[in-house]
Amino acid sequence: MRFFRESKQFIIVMFILYVVLKILFISGMASPYIQQIIQYAIIIALASLGLNIIYGFTGQFSLGHAAFYGIGAYTSAYITKMFGIDNIFSYIPVLMLCGIISGLIGFLIGIPILKLKDDFLAIATLGFGTLVRVFFDNSDKITDVLGGSRGFVGIPKITNLDLVLVVFAFIVIITRYMIKSRFGLFWRCIKEDELAATSIGINTANMKLMAFTYGCMLAGCGGAFYANLYSFLHPSNFDILRSIDFLIIVIIGGMGNITGTIYASIIWVGFIEGLRIVLPSEIMDLRWVVIPVLLICIMMWRPYGIMVKKPR
Amino acid sequence: MKILEVMELEKNFGGIKAVDNISFFIEEGEVFGIIGPNGAGKTTLFNLISGIYTPDKGKIFFKGKDITDIPPYMLPHFGISRTFQNMRLFGSLTVLENILPAIMVKNSYNIFQAIFRTGSYLDMEKDAYNRACELIEFFGLTEKMEYSASSLSYGEQRRLELARALATEPTLILIDEPGAGMNPKEIWDLALMIKAIKEKFSLTIAIIEHQMNLIMNISDRIMVMDFGEEIMTGTPQEVKKDKRVIEAYLGEELD
Repeated sequence: MRFFRESKQFIIVMFILYVVLKILFISGMASPYIQQIIQYAIIIALASLGLNIIYGFTGQFSLGHAAFYGIGAYTSAYITKMFGIDNIFSYIPVLMLCGIISGLIGFLIGIPILKLKDDFLAIATLGFGTLVRVFFDNSDKITDVLGGSRGFVGIPKITNLDLVLVVFAFIVIITRYMIKSRFGLFWRCIKEDELAATSIGINTANMKLMAFTYGCMLAGCGGAFYANLYSFLHPSNFDILRSIDFLIIVIIGGMGNITGTIYASIIWVGFIEGLRIVLPSEIMDLRWVVIPVLLICIMMWRPYGIMVKKPR
Repeated sequence: MKILEVMELEKNFGGIKAVDNISFFIEEGEVFGIIGPNGAGKTTLFNLISGIYTPDKGKIFFKGKDITDIPPYMLPHFGISRTFQNMRLFGSLTVLENILPAIMVKNSYNIFQAIFRTGSYLDMEKDAYNRACELIEFFGLTEKMEYSASSLSYGEQRRLELARALATEPTLILIDEPGAGMNPKEIWDLALMIKAIKEKFSLTIAIIEHQMNLIMNISDRIMVMDFGEEIMTGTPQEVKKDKRVIEAYLGEELD
């Protein structure tokens, strides 16, 4: 099938990665904690890819990405807990559903707010993000399972390396084909100049909505994996700071650069979690000195993202 | 046949009448020039026709169809295309990527065909690529095909914008001040270029321009505007002789 054939290289790389990780996991060279972090990095890459579609490719500044990530997480947590789902095969439809629900909410929110531009859009998405956070905080008033500000506990652990990596690879391939097609080209045109894009006949409202919906879907899938990886959710995991994490990853990786986003996610998660291991516990808070300094250095070294030496 | 007909068009910006009761028509196959001092409302008129502004009053008909309230992105699908006074290229996209989307808006493949890379998708991509190459070659940009649009020289950017506007296969093209910032030699080339594209693509052209030698040379009829109003419409010869035009625009001769 052409779908796989034209991404042969990428599939081979992913397969080698899979084998290496699998050996590390099974042989016990990677502790369960490290295993979790590796899966977490892939999940973050998945959600960041969504934001890269919205912001990096289409230029729609969103500060509410964590909200869609959270919607996916809570949806998956609720469904898997209520229906007692514990194996991968019954989990896949749940995962798709989480993506679709996040995408649908993104779609409905996108209709009014994507009419706004730049800073105004940022404020609107920030508002939505806060709204969702407040909703999670008070979710125990709807049903006690959701846990409200105490957090959602007892979520089945389903996420594993096989599933995460396969879904991730699949989504990266799909995304690459979308970017290569006319839709990706339209998104980039809109980012460059919306009025000019309109003048050549691009339905900018629809295209922005499509990018936003797709980006939110990816966030939803990432969130679902996250919920079933850590088996505990707390509303504070889905606030503005998390949205900014995604934004940082997209910017470090390079706007409109898929490979860059993947590397940036690994670097980002690797540093935050890695420093937790490396630094002695007394100076653990130094992380938040080291990481910003690192960010500043990266931005000075490669202002257009780690993958781009010079702007074209 | 009247390809475009504008009736009693009016647009106000907070009490200022940018376009005041303008009526005109454009015949199929002609070059219709619009001149007037700065702030006369020429570009506003283009923005009204291309749907970026909605008029406060009046109607616009294209090939007999009312297009007054059509959203701007639909106009290229009807066959109206435009360029901008201050060139709006997709700066960091390559020359090819500037042209391709304009061709592919009319492609019919959907997202699933794109993801699964069906045969028809690849055919349509190939067609679009070939057409883009033809256009790029016609405008003499083949060597620059993989360069980003912002790295081109001013003249090349002007040509690229024209190429992009033509990629949507228009029957009517609105050209807004193509000669701004060009020297006499470049203006001359531009005049030849406009004549050439008119023949090759069998276009009707509406053009705003300040360069008198250019507009007098290529236009079949010229409308003169001032303060949002039409002063007169006529052939270049008539316009040159008209007293009101001379007062408003061309300037009086010293004696």
